[in-house]
Amino acid sequence: MAETIQNLYVGFAIALSPGVLVYAFLGCLVGTLVGVLPGVGPLAGISLLLPLTFGLDATRALVMLAGIYYGAMYGGSTTSILMRIPGETASVMTCIDGYAMARKGRAGPALAICAVGSYVAGTVSVVALMLLAPPLAEFALRFGPPEYFALLLLGLLVLAYMSPGSMLNGLAMAALGLLLGMVGIDQMSGFLRYAYGLPELADGVGVVAVAVGLFGLGEILLTAGRAQPPEVIKPRLRDLIPSRQEWREANMPIWRGTLLGFVIGVIPGAAHVISTFVSYALERRISRTPEEFGRGAVAGVAGPESANNAATSGAFVPMLALGVPGVPVAALLLAAMMIHGVTPGPLLIKNDPQIFWAFIASMYVGNFVLLILNLPLVGLFVNLLRIPYPVLYPIVLVCSILGVYAVGNSIVDVWLMLAAGALGYVLRKLDFEPAPIVLGLVLAPMLEMALRQSLSMSDGSYAIFVSRPISATLLAVGVLLVLLALRPLVSRSMDWRRRLSVETEAR
Amino acid sequence: MLTSKRVAGGVLVLIGAVALWEGLRFPFGTLWRPGPAYMPALLSVVLIAIGVVLIVARDGGVRLAEMAWPEARHALAILGVCAFIALTLERLGWRLAVAGALLVILGLLERRGVVFTVALTVAIAFGSFYLFNDLLKVPLPRGALGF
Repeated sequence: MAETIQNLYVGFAIALSPGVLVYAFLGCLVGTLVGVLPGVGPLAGISLLLPLTFGLDATRALVMLAGIYYGAMYGGSTTSILMRIPGETASVMTCIDGYAMARKGRAGPALAICAVGSYVAGTVSVVALMLLAPPLAEFALRFGPPEYFALLLLGLLVLAYMSPGSMLNGLAMAALGLLLGMVGIDQMSGFLRYAYGLPELADGVGVVAVAVGLFGLGEILLTAGRAQPPEVIKPRLRDLIPSRQEWREANMPIWRGTLLGFVIGVIPGAAHVISTFVSYALERRISRTPEEFGRGAVAGVAGPESANNAATSGAFVPMLALGVPGVPVAALLLAAMMIHGVTPGPLLIKNDPQIFWAFIASMYVGNFVLLILNLPLVGLFVNLLRIPYPVLYPIVLVCSILGVYAVGNSIVDVWLMLAAGALGYVLRKLDFEPAPIVLGLVLAPMLEMALRQSLSMSDGSYAIFVSRPISATLLAVGVLLVLLALRPLVSRSMDWRRRLSVETEAR
Repeated sequence: MLTSKRVAGGVLVLIGAVALWEGLRFPFGTLWRPGPAYMPALLSVVLIAIGVVLIVARDGGVRLAEMAWPEARHALAILGVCAFIALTLERLGWRLAVAGALLVILGLLERRGVVFTVALTVAIAFGSFYLFNDLLKVPLPRGALGF
């Protein structure tokens, strides 16, 4: 414990130095803007702004990118409350009661509760991350290729299970992503696969190009031709303070959301979205006035928003401790770490302690910055929403192309982005969630390497995966998930996704 | 009956089949000593299997004829403009390629006023070049004309 506090002190010394602090501030500000703009979620935002960090050292770059991430998670709630448009997918549940509060003239308190809930959840979950990541990294040093293979496979299965729609759809998208990840040089034999004579594809398909295409361009293609967005409710600064009754109603949901969000965030998968759904369902179930949910219940805003922000820190646990991204945004941050010469994984804390602890400390700072920045500036962010989408999307489009081109100075990446954009558009129209594609793409080389190394270790025996306790346990959890997904087929009952969507639509 | 899920399943089968065909040009190895084609082949088979399940499943999703595509023409036009940028970026340079694309989007596609279109186009095309290329030192293409 004393060592952790000592390390944190060093981390704060770095994070509070003006040269780093300014990037944490910038990251939070830009992240909030990214979150506020509908369709530009954290994934597209980080992809677009990655080139901005090329001139920075690894610490500053990571601090800024992480700031964009949790800034975007916070910013998403603003549009949910004021326009009933979720800035990003994790804010969907906030739309229900947040917008209902706004319609009742309580937009300000809803925003304030979101900000305070996000701050509490962010800060508490960073403490948990700080305490959990180092021992987990030490434990992960016992992992060999079979354990990594089992963990990566479990990550994909959880993501497929947690994704909206059926697990089959999620698995299809994950398999597609893994197949895309096969493009390029095979690390064990040196064969160039699926490159069709393009030297640019030797290193594989670019994660940034695919992510920006699927989420940035895909969203533009889907929304640019649609009608004008609805009216924006503009709260006044003096109306921001919640009443004593509202504070009381928000108190426990914030703490419950924090705990739930962090625990769900640590599990690989669509953590943010799931944590908000679970938190909302829990709050409604234990509420004395469940009929208020959907009509402006404070707990319906406080719980999901806190869960959403706690899940953000939770998602960093497997990324920092194991080098395994649990969610697509973490996959992108992992790619950014490698671009900046930082090797993620269990040895990160040992080899680059200043980066790890500065990153942790910057999250405390970032949460505070978000709290003091977002409430007074809410009017400014709201004005951004008044920019007509036909003017906004060409700017986002240019930024997307710039971001993708700048990563590798490659026009092939721009073409890849266009293809991914078209694919993202069609997938969304056909009701497929494209997020597992990105995770599959990032995990593919690791998964293949772990599988082939395991088989080399065992002289070709697949029993190695079930004879080692950690990998056997992880695989057993994976099998359990598949069985859970199959259960509705046997029992003819609705699974949780369908139940949830029926309930959400009913509101 | 053509439905969204059946169409998606068909596309997955097609992608899986092509990937399997192409992947088997590399040494497969054995199940015990996998070669470079092993993983692509395995994933292709998984993709084909999922595609087949989607095709034969009872829950076929929305009927294709009932699906509305009101934004499709707009989307195609935007994709076309993006393709124009990709084709001309290194020949014309960042500023000219982006300016051309923005003039088409803002002026023709979104029917904004001439002054507004030109002002925003110049600001974004030249401003982004100045910000990224000159200030942030992220190299952007200049093209044959030096733009």
